[in-house]
Amino acid sequence: MTGLAVEIRDLHVVRGGRRAVDGVTFTVPTGQVTGLLGPSGCGKTSLMRCIVGVQVVEGGTVSVGGIPAGAAELRDRIGYVTQAPSVYDDLTVEENVRFFARVLGVPASEVGRCIEAVDLADHRTQVASRLSGGQLSRVSLAVALLGSPDLLVLDEPTVGLDPVLRRDLWGLFHRLADAGTTVFVSSHVMDEAERCDRLLLMRQGRLLADAAPADLLESTGARSVEHAFLTIVDTVS
Amino acid sequence: MSARILFAVAGRVLTQLRHDHRTAAMLLVLPCLVLTLLWWMFDDRGFGFDNLGPPLLALIPFIVMFLVTSVTTLRERSSGTLERLLAMPTGKLDLLGGYAIAFGLVAAVQSALAVFLSVWVLGLDIAGPVWMLTVVAVADAVLGTALGLFVSAFARTEFQAVQFMPAVVIPQILLCGLFIERALMPPVLEAVSNVLPLSYAVDAMTTVATTSSPGLGGVDGSVWGDLAVVAGFAVVSLALGAATLRRRTA
Ligand SMILES: Nc1ncnc2c1ncn2[C@@H]1O[C@H](COP(=O)(O)OP(=O)(O)O)[C@@H](O)[C@H]1O
Ligand SMILES: [Mg+2]
Repeated sequence: MTGLAVEIRDLHVVRGGRRAVDGVTFTVPTGQVTGLLGPSGCGKTSLMRCIVGVQVVEGGTVSVGGIPAGAAELRDRIGYVTQAPSVYDDLTVEENVRFFARVLGVPASEVGRCIEAVDLADHRTQVASRLSGGQLSRVSLAVALLGSPDLLVLDEPTVGLDPVLRRDLWGLFHRLADAGTTVFVSSHVMDEAERCDRLLLMRQGRLLADAAPADLLESTGARSVEHAFLTIVDTVS
Repeated sequence: MSARILFAVAGRVLTQLRHDHRTAAMLLVLPCLVLTLLWWMFDDRGFGFDNLGPPLLALIPFIVMFLVTSVTTLRERSSGTLERLLAMPTGKLDLLGGYAIAFGLVAAVQSALAVFLSVWVLGLDIAGPVWMLTVVAVADAVLGTALGLFVSAFARTEFQAVQFMPAVVIPQILLCGLFIERALMPPVLEAVSNVLPLSYAVDAMTTVATTSSPGLGGVDGSVWGDLAVVAGFAVVSLALGAATLRRRTA
């Protein structure tokens, strides 16, 4: 596993006539869990779509492992979990994962491994439409894990999950990062921030902060990331 | 293009149908019921069923596959699986071709059943080789699938997608020669019917049903010409469908 670093320079995205991403510059290093935090509508999804190469970009550059984002040679090296679970709700868990495994051309053994990694082995033969929201998003996550991609882009993968499961998944993200994978996770829940190695705080399409959680608390003198966020917003305005 | 992904998509579409018993049953049984109704309506007078049976064998796979495809692809777009597939190494033609293969296979089974029922149970008179009816039906189905794939790009909801049926399909049904021979239509309408693919599909089916020939496949050369036109329209629609499929969206 090599890991793919992400480099974003002066990125601008316009969606529905609004500036969804408004001049953002940062890098996502390999071998770490980098968190993108900010309120709903601040541009997290738009930004992640740029990295995966499915978003029309207004200006700026996005490169992944030194290659322009969206290039064909990156497509089987990035695992992407969309915010709304993107699975076929009329297929079983296993059929869903097996289909995407075939598309990616990874060995069939990956199917079972990834289903187990998200703790869905008991629901293997269940049709996706009968799963709970949290289970559904884990099927989506299982698909993203197929073939151990070098970069994982996870758009709010743990929202609405049981705290125990949430802890387990963050444990999984860190194990993957330790093995060299670049893990980029978004969330609008500020208390997830402490689980990241590095934090990007975003608001209204702009980046407010880029620091390790401890450094952020220290520099703002805040008790929690949520307070740090408020402190930064207050000093900016 | 990748054969692996092409067949993965086709297999997945068929698996989805296998889970959806109601749709599967409707795909296979409904055409038979419609043909039986038609036969019953003419109450064994012969002429009506013999005249209308072949055009219907052409129309049904076209209409059904058009509808099924436009709704299925729309669901693919709105569920986010399309975005996921396009972020993966999926080629646009892998996706469209996979759909065409899956629904082409369904159409083959569907029309084999409909042809069997019409010819051997309801006594439809066929002058040409019976298997050619199925060949024409599969071509019609692939055409319906291809048009459905293309048109679904212009719909945002399943509700809108279904509305394309009256817009795209009904004019073709009116002008395909089912109600009045195309040659007898007002010149403008005849000219329009000449550029609509369903006209050629119905011509091919009618020619197989009413004539036989020592030529290739036991049919008149015009059948192969009509089939080539239908296939041409299908290929152009698939290409247009690929062109409307964007990896990057706003
Ligand atoms: N499909 C879309 N079409 C038009 N505008 C959109 C679309 N999706 C999001 N937006 C707009 O882009 C901005 C950023 O949205 P998004 O990236 O989804 O934020 P987040 O993921 O942080 O909630 C919002 O103002 C939202 O209204
Ligand atoms: Mg979002």
